[in-house]
Amino acid sequence: MRKRGLFSRTALVLGLVFLYVPILSMIVYSFNNSRLVTVWDAAHSPTLKWYGILLSDDEVLDAAWLSLRVAICAATASTILGTLAGTALARFGAFRGRSLLVGMTTAPIVMPEVISGLSLLLLFVALQQAIGWPQGMGALTITLAHISFCMAYVTVVVQSRLAGFDESLEEAAQDLGARPAKVFWRITLPLILPAVLAGWLLAFTLSWDDLVISQFVAGPGSSTLPMVIFSKVRLGVSPDVNALATLMVSLVATGVVVAAVWMRQRQKRRERDAQLAAAANL
Amino acid sequence: MVRRRFSARRLVAGVPALWLTVFFLVPFLIVLKISFSEARLAIPPYAPLIAWVRGLPVLRIHLSGYDYLFTDPLYLRSYLYSVMVAAVSTLFCLLIGYPMAYAIARASDAWRSFLLMLIVLPFWTSFLLRVYAWIGLLQNDGLINNVLLHLGLIHHPITLLQTDFSLYVGIVYSYLPFMILPLYANLEKHDMALLEAAADLGARPFTAFLRVTLPQSLPGIAAGSLLVFIPTVGEYVIPTLLGRTDQIMIGRMLSDEFFDNRDWPVASGVAILILLALVVPIVLLQRVERGNLETE
Repeated sequence: MRKRGLFSRTALVLGLVFLYVPILSMIVYSFNNSRLVTVWDAAHSPTLKWYGILLSDDEVLDAAWLSLRVAICAATASTILGTLAGTALARFGAFRGRSLLVGMTTAPIVMPEVISGLSLLLLFVALQQAIGWPQGMGALTITLAHISFCMAYVTVVVQSRLAGFDESLEEAAQDLGARPAKVFWRITLPLILPAVLAGWLLAFTLSWDDLVISQFVAGPGSSTLPMVIFSKVRLGVSPDVNALATLMVSLVATGVVVAAVWMRQRQKRRERDAQLAAAANL
Repeated sequence: MVRRRFSARRLVAGVPALWLTVFFLVPFLIVLKISFSEARLAIPPYAPLIAWVRGLPVLRIHLSGYDYLFTDPLYLRSYLYSVMVAAVSTLFCLLIGYPMAYAIARASDAWRSFLLMLIVLPFWTSFLLRVYAWIGLLQNDGLINNVLLHLGLIHHPITLLQTDFSLYVGIVYSYLPFMILPLYANLEKHDMALLEAAADLGARPFTAFLRVTLPQSLPGIAAGSLLVFIPTVGEYVIPTLLGRTDQIMIGRMLSDEFFDNRDWPVASGVAILILLALVVPIVLLQRVERGNLETE
């Protein structure tokens, strides 16, 4: 028993090292002065040189701005659609077309991206021919494409959160005369709010990160940040990409820590409220 | 009142369903249609499936797109190679991910949420950048070669990049969390009393694991394996950056046919064939997930 615990723990530590060494190496080398990514120039390092080069690169900045706009729009729209779908799947019982909806919300998660990208581009081309919309490929087509695969993730997150609550609160509100829409706004939505927020963040990240689908539907004029990174990286290793990676990793790490602290405080406040309520009843 | 509620429900389920129909279902039908069309030099570069001959519609189904795929050994090789790479990567993810998930599931409460966060955190950072990091580690003057040279284990840099090795490292690295999370969700629910009972009845720890823990964790193994296998078959970014140059995977093939050769029917045919390979795993995955949801 003990021996096996030792084995799995060792595996866990080694696995975590495997997951984090590449990320740490990018952070360390982003402060390296040498143009050769892997040679540490001890005399002139650490340096912020690559951060300066990165932040004065117009191509990178334009692409980041486009990615940011697309990700905010796609995350918001997919969160609304995904919350609706998740609510329908978790709360409506059996309805006509349910299994179709289940299939259409789970398939995009595992669908190889090349297929999603190709099929969406062909759809846009067909739509252009048929009704003249959307005009040309660009930010709009990228956003539309991202909404579709992001909402699948939001649906799963919201659905599993709803599955964790029984319907008694909603039924109680209904018995007290609240209309379904009011029940949703006052009871259901506050309960699933953490899941909705998590879904939005997940959708934002997925959209911000997406390369393959964007490449298909972006058209010649517009490049998202991953597209710019990909073309840089294909030409060879460039140290300013390390600087970019460091910035993004620190942003995410900060966000995760802030979210964790916020969730913990929320939890504590709720427990305190529950205790106060219990005390008041005595 | 009842009527109103009925129509509100319709709206809640109908809007996302409509969206997914237009942006998920219909695109596949278009891919299917184009895969049966004939390529031609025009915009768009394929002939319509239904032609009008003297006022009568004539269906023109061309199998030339598929003909290529079955006669040119290049396609078949890359098809089989992709399935093999996905299967081997899934196996490696399972072998590495299972003990990790097991250790997390058996950790104390405080550790557990911290460890889970460590597993999920890389998932929130750019996939592309994490794959790129391996280029710096694996290239000839990269970190791994430098360390090995320094230790005197090798005398010349060994070629690690653009080999099957680097491809597997990249895929296992990127998809490991997808294996660990469903496995953890399963292992965490196990009743430790069963293992104690097995021990009381004289089973050695390893036997108890094989006879009690492993069979119970099969749904987790299935979910994790499918979550790794399905997207890996059509993987594009990792093989392009880390994989061999003499043997490309089928996702890259699709992209090259479309962008470089501008052959839409063949690209669509490749997409349909990838989907055919994935239909069984995808249906299996939905079964497993439904089963997992019901036992919760």
